[in-house]
Amino acid sequence: MDLEEAKEFRERCTQCAAVSWGLTDEGKYYCTSCHNVTERSQEVISTEAIPNTKIQAINRGLKRKRKLEKGWDWYVCEGFQHILYQQAEALKTLGVGPELKNEVLHNFWKRYLQKSKQAYCKNPVYTSRRKATVLEENASHSDWDSAPELLSDFSCPTFVESEAESQPDDHIQKPFPISRASQSETASVCSGSLDGVEYSLRKEKGVVKMTVPGTLAFCYLALLWQRETMTLSDLLRFVEEDHIPYINAFQHFPEEMKLYGRDKGIFAIESWPNYEDIHKKIIEVATFLDLPRFPDITEDCYLHPNILCMKYLMEVNLPDEMHSFTCQVVKMAGIGEVDFLTFDPIAKMAKTVKYDVQAIAVIVIVLKLLFLLDDSLEWSLSTIAEKYNEENKEDKPWFDFRKWYQVMKKSFDDKKQKWEEARAKYVWKSEKPLYHSSIDRSVVYKRREMVVNLQKQFSTLVDSTPTVEKKSPSSFQFNWTEEDTDRTCFHGHSLQGILKKKGQSLTTKNSLYWLSTQKFCKSYCKHVTTYEESNFSLSYQFILNLFSFLLRIKTSFLHEEVSLIEKRLFKTKYSKTKKKSSRSRKVRK
Amino acid sequence: MSDFSEELLRPMTGGDLGETRVLSGTGMCFPWLQKHIQSVVTGGKKEKDFAQTTNACLSFIQEALLKHQWQQAAEYMHSYFQILEDSDSYKRQAAPEIIWKLGSEILYYHPKSSVETFNTFADRMKNIGVMNYLKISLQHALYLLHHGMLDDANRNLSQAETWRYGEKSSSQEVLINLIQAYKGLLQYYTWSKKKTELSQLDEDDYAYNTASQNMLNHSWKTSINLSALIQIPGVWDPFVKSYVDMLEFYGDRDGAREVLTNYAYDEKFPSNPNAHIYLYNFLKREKAPREKLISVLKILYQIVPSHKLMLEFHRLLRKSEKEEHHKLGLDVLFGVLDAGCTNITAWKYLANYLRQTLMGNHLAWVQEEWNSRKNWWPSFHFSYFWAKSDWKEDKALACEKALVAGILLGKGYRYFRYISKQDHQVLRKKIKRMKKLVKKCSIVNSGL
Repeated sequence: MDLEEAKEFRERCTQCAAVSWGLTDEGKYYCTSCHNVTERSQEVISTEAIPNTKIQAINRGLKRKRKLEKGWDWYVCEGFQHILYQQAEALKTLGVGPELKNEVLHNFWKRYLQKSKQAYCKNPVYTSRRKATVLEENASHSDWDSAPELLSDFSCPTFVESEAESQPDDHIQKPFPISRASQSETASVCSGSLDGVEYSLRKEKGVVKMTVPGTLAFCYLALLWQRETMTLSDLLRFVEEDHIPYINAFQHFPEEMKLYGRDKGIFAIESWPNYEDIHKKIIEVATFLDLPRFPDITEDCYLHPNILCMKYLMEVNLPDEMHSFTCQVVKMAGIGEVDFLTFDPIAKMAKTVKYDVQAIAVIVIVLKLLFLLDDSLEWSLSTIAEKYNEENKEDKPWFDFRKWYQVMKKSFDDKKQKWEEARAKYVWKSEKPLYHSSIDRSVVYKRREMVVNLQKQFSTLVDSTPTVEKKSPSSFQFNWTEEDTDRTCFHGHSLQGILKKKGQSLTTKNSLYWLSTQKFCKSYCKHVTTYEESNFSLSYQFILNLFSFLLRIKTSFLHEEVSLIEKRLFKTKYSKTKKKSSRSRKVRK
Repeated sequence: MSDFSEELLRPMTGGDLGETRVLSGTGMCFPWLQKHIQSVVTGGKKEKDFAQTTNACLSFIQEALLKHQWQQAAEYMHSYFQILEDSDSYKRQAAPEIIWKLGSEILYYHPKSSVETFNTFADRMKNIGVMNYLKISLQHALYLLHHGMLDDANRNLSQAETWRYGEKSSSQEVLINLIQAYKGLLQYYTWSKKKTELSQLDEDDYAYNTASQNMLNHSWKTSINLSALIQIPGVWDPFVKSYVDMLEFYGDRDGAREVLTNYAYDEKFPSNPNAHIYLYNFLKREKAPREKLISVLKILYQIVPSHKLMLEFHRLLRKSEKEEHHKLGLDVLFGVLDAGCTNITAWKYLANYLRQTLMGNHLAWVQEEWNSRKNWWPSFHFSYFWAKSDWKEDKALACEKALVAGILLGKGYRYFRYISKQDHQVLRKKIKRMKKLVKKCSIVNSGL
């Protein structure tokens, strides 16, 4: 067999993935390492070249040298734009106002393209770097059009998407209607996008490079600008629950936007977004965009701690009466001030408040104030409450911490179990597999097909009713109602048992307090405190576990926030570091 | 080049490819250390959620299998298939084998599964990657055998037998041999069925000739299939047995002897009691000299001193003329009873042989055996509890044991005392004789 002739054929063997072909007598390719014979045959170029007088090979269909997948010419930033578009649409479905997409997010994105010199500027990065092909073909147009034309119709200074409602898909979904063969021939060697290779290599100082997690930073900034009723943890949870496109968002790119090679590294994501990472990214993006001070977060905003505390108190089934305590803590710590809460990227130290984490931390502090959470006082208070409730069945019941713990523990464990099961069953791989290079293509597709077939086979063994039904999006994960008899609702319970009259005002019976962090870390390692679970009381551990699960954050992260608020609250304690033990402290009502 | 090529470079071996275990010097395994090392390998980078959830998925499958929740296991399996598309080539390559093991287990037990489902699954899995083809084919065939589908199993094995994969086939030679041998085993099954048919036919019958010819053809193919495997060191009991059976049937005694001798004595083969049993039985059939039989059983005695053939061994030794054999005979009996035997013959033999040995003035032999056992035999065999229960269960056994106890421990010992005090009409005479014997022979008395 002539191996020389077979060198033309460069695809991988579907059996063993080797690229080592020989030709059979019939002119078909066979794999020299596993002897698998393909359906493909060598194309007979000229009959004279064959030494044998008989024509041996018959061309059976498929051409030998298949052109690489052909689609539109597109740029990486268009891919991101597409994801943002999908995300904005999804947010709209979740009930966010339409201005978010048409005005805010659109503007941020435009600003990003401008700042990163990808469009809307005199000298876009593409025209300066790329060979003249682009320019030549668009010779009649200005420089502006040669940049990804995606937003060319937005170049009007009003920033308002005028035709958005009438034809929302037109300009965003088809950024490049013309395909230019000459260019893609050279550019698409290692990526489907025009600049995939270049993009993955690009490292420009001072420029925030767009990533898939970055799209969420944009979404959150837009939400924050609009002061929407959605916290960061809500946003990320909706991503995890697949209500907002993120993982495999590229699947919904138009058919003609082909992805492979380097695009894989840019658009394929194998992790859910992480709160801390996205939070950092938000500040990074906002600073890079040089955004002005955001609209004020005032007391009537959803993100104000007083409102969020109310929301989370309901969520974790604690008495409404606790709200007055959270408000006091917020006031004393000074974390309810407009200036403190409002995000200002151009301030010296740009920081954005983790509204959700902060609110939860305030609740933890109030629980510590009321029950001490030292594995002792909370239980003895519970015994008193239990006794009272037994004797006074007609009255408004006193809040019984033990009973609350029992109810919450059960619900929390169930929820967590379900959550873990759902995660284990999560489908990560897209229907549209991405491959690194064209010779991998057949193998990757074959593998995909195999997985689909196996899944099909096993799905016949599974009950027709899926156990993990898709949850409808809600900002509440737990629901407590008075009617539900199995799961007691504590919202209406009274705190009377743990308060006492002192003169005209009420104070807590408990007069002790302990600090979550005695001493803050002052080194340069960036974390301010550590959380070694076993050093803390079981009640504290339980509460941190429960609350951090609610926000899908690490317990240490919540612990840190609790410590930071305590630091504001007990300034004097920390300034007098010598005196370690915590003195009694009273909260007046 | 893509990472798929690594699969070709790294031949897969063994079962535990999925995880590289951390072994300490003593061969202990620390699963937790593994985790730490892995995080060092990833350079402290956080594991991707994909990796984390597929791992969790695997644990859920294992848990479901453990609890026989086939339905749930199948559900998780549905998601676990994703690992075949893992971007980590190492994990991706290890995946087919794990999936095959889990999947075949599920399909074996799942109420909605069928032979067809299993076949489809096996055929699919055979062709993912290349390294598992033979192993899966073989297990597939075993599954079919288990369901009584001999023809299908045979077809499957034939297909696997002819499978070639360039250089890779040579590294899997053992597997190919094993596949051939299983095929041989199936052929042997047909052959031995024919043999039974033949034995029912009259030799003068017209059909007899064709049938025997037919058998001969069969055996020839079979022997080729079987003989290759049993040359390779390993434990091949059923294959060896069938092969020898055929050789013997066609009168090739030398061939059979050679196979069995090789199987038992070749040092490259792992120690295998059955090899010696087969050889012994063959030699016995051949009426080989006693000396020869003794030498075979001697090895078996070293491997399994409590084997039931040991009593036969004892008889052979007793009949031998050599004094060292007589001594070994005692050794063998003690050895058999070390395993806590309630076999009356063994005790009877020991009682008689002790008496015989002591009468023959070989007190030293008995003492030698007894010295290593006197610390634990009394409570192991001759406790008060045993005396009561033996007497209740089997009076004859109790008498034999009492005799031995009396000889070894003296007449004052509780076991002997308990039995000798029993008043039983039928056994009265026997007990009386027993008492007399103990008086005469007990090593405790003589020691005084």
